[in-house]
Amino acid sequence: MTARLMRKAGEWAPALAVFVLVIGAWEGGIALFHVQQFLLPRPSDIVRAFFSDRHTLWPAGWYTFKEALGGFVAGSTLGILAATFVGRFKSVGTAFMPIAIAANAVPIIAFAPIFDVWFNPLSPVSKMAIAAVLCFLPVMVNTLRGLQSASPRQIELMRSYAASELEIWRRVRVPTALPYVFTALKVASVLAMIGAIVGEYFGGAFTALGVLINSDAQIFHFVTAWAGILLASMLGLTLYGSVVLVERLVVRWTPAAGEA
Amino acid sequence: MSAAQQSVVSIEGVTKTFPHGNVTALQDIDLELEPGEFVSLIGPSGCGKSTLLRVIGDLIQPTSGTVTVNGKPAHKARVDHDYGIVFQDAVLFDWRTVAKNIALPLEMLGWDRERRNARVAEMMELVELKGFGDHHPWQLSGGMQQRASIARALAFEPALLLMDEPFGALDEMTRERLNLELLSIWERLASTVVFVTHSISEAVFLSTRVVVMSPRPGRIAGVVEIDLPSPRGVETREAPRFFELVTEVRELLRKRGEHLFPEEELL
Repeated sequence: MTARLMRKAGEWAPALAVFVLVIGAWEGGIALFHVQQFLLPRPSDIVRAFFSDRHTLWPAGWYTFKEALGGFVAGSTLGILAATFVGRFKSVGTAFMPIAIAANAVPIIAFAPIFDVWFNPLSPVSKMAIAAVLCFLPVMVNTLRGLQSASPRQIELMRSYAASELEIWRRVRVPTALPYVFTALKVASVLAMIGAIVGEYFGGAFTALGVLINSDAQIFHFVTAWAGILLASMLGLTLYGSVVLVERLVVRWTPAAGEA
Repeated sequence: MSAAQQSVVSIEGVTKTFPHGNVTALQDIDLELEPGEFVSLIGPSGCGKSTLLRVIGDLIQPTSGTVTVNGKPAHKARVDHDYGIVFQDAVLFDWRTVAKNIALPLEMLGWDRERRNARVAEMMELVELKGFGDHHPWQLSGGMQQRASIARALAFEPALLLMDEPFGALDEMTRERLNLELLSIWERLASTVVFVTHSISEAVFLSTRVVVMSPRPGRIAGVVEIDLPSPRGVETREAPRFFELVTEVRELLRKRGEHLFPEEELL
């Protein structure tokens, strides 16, 4: 047990060292080269602002996190459902897949101002919609690929047991697809946070993190803006980390999971 | 009982053509398998031996002809779980432990947990995988994986075992050991086996009958009765009669005028 902990610590040590080094260089570099605060504040000032402005900053972060989470859940759920449907009916799949893949390359964030027109820009629904649309396609495309990756031999084996399509789906296709789904969910978790924040840059409630960062930057409160960015990063990592955690609990059979 | 007398597998006039490329994989195949027989199908790639195995298992529909398994149409036999199948790859499910993999067909049959566990324990003992039940497939060697897949195929005691080059991907030493293990399992369970292989020596060593097939179109070129004494062991492979039979099978294969086994071990 201790040996495992030691090994873990050993694996993390280089990353930790680099992190400390970068922060140290940042802090020291600013003092050394007299960098103006509006260009780049010191990390220590950012952290101080992060705590001193907590009464406005933290609730704003929570507000935006809920938007991202709502969009993530809605978009991913729809993506998985769509992939399930398309995977079930091959003709639907061949008709929609090229469109889905093309749509995946569209910079959906460009639609953000349009979503503000469609939905009330001050309501969180407009940001959830952007986050949901961002999440939808990668989740759908990857889930579909996963469902179609089932081994033909495994399906043949199930046929030899006179298994129904539903049973093949449940016992072969879904377990095969799960690692693909989680890969997509990890990407989607990052996209959801980007969607919510960038959506808010185009306007939103004053209680939202993106609006706060944007307005602070405009009135030269750069340290506060940076503190907002720090919070946004932490929330993004939290969402991503939660997906990784769920993945570890669900997909336990891979060699990597066994060694971890 | 008349059921004991009837053939386990009865193939009558089976032809299979694949519309793509207009390939005749099988042409006019007639074959009867008696209970307790161990029949090998041998032939070069493209002779339709794997197709024939799948036709017996109702995994491929013949273009014409009929297949009867245990006195019923092949489809009914599949629905009734009358056969177990083993492929060249173990085809274990990564997300299941070894024990759960073996239990899969039992789950499909609706056995309750207690009965499943008892049978799985029995099967793991039979294939010498005791103590590996909680392992995942990737933690086992190729030979152990294939033993698990044999245990899975036999778990529900099917009257018929279909094996599609089950040891083809294993090294020679492991293959010979598993040959011996398979024979002892077969002798204990008294089931009927259809065994597809590329290897002449493996076919002769294991079988009561070897069906030699030739390609394009896939046909039965001849049948060799294997009269080696039972039980067979390491010394069987060194007996003069063994070499005679190997030669006989090889001659049948060669009679088709092609050197189809450049890589085949010539003993």
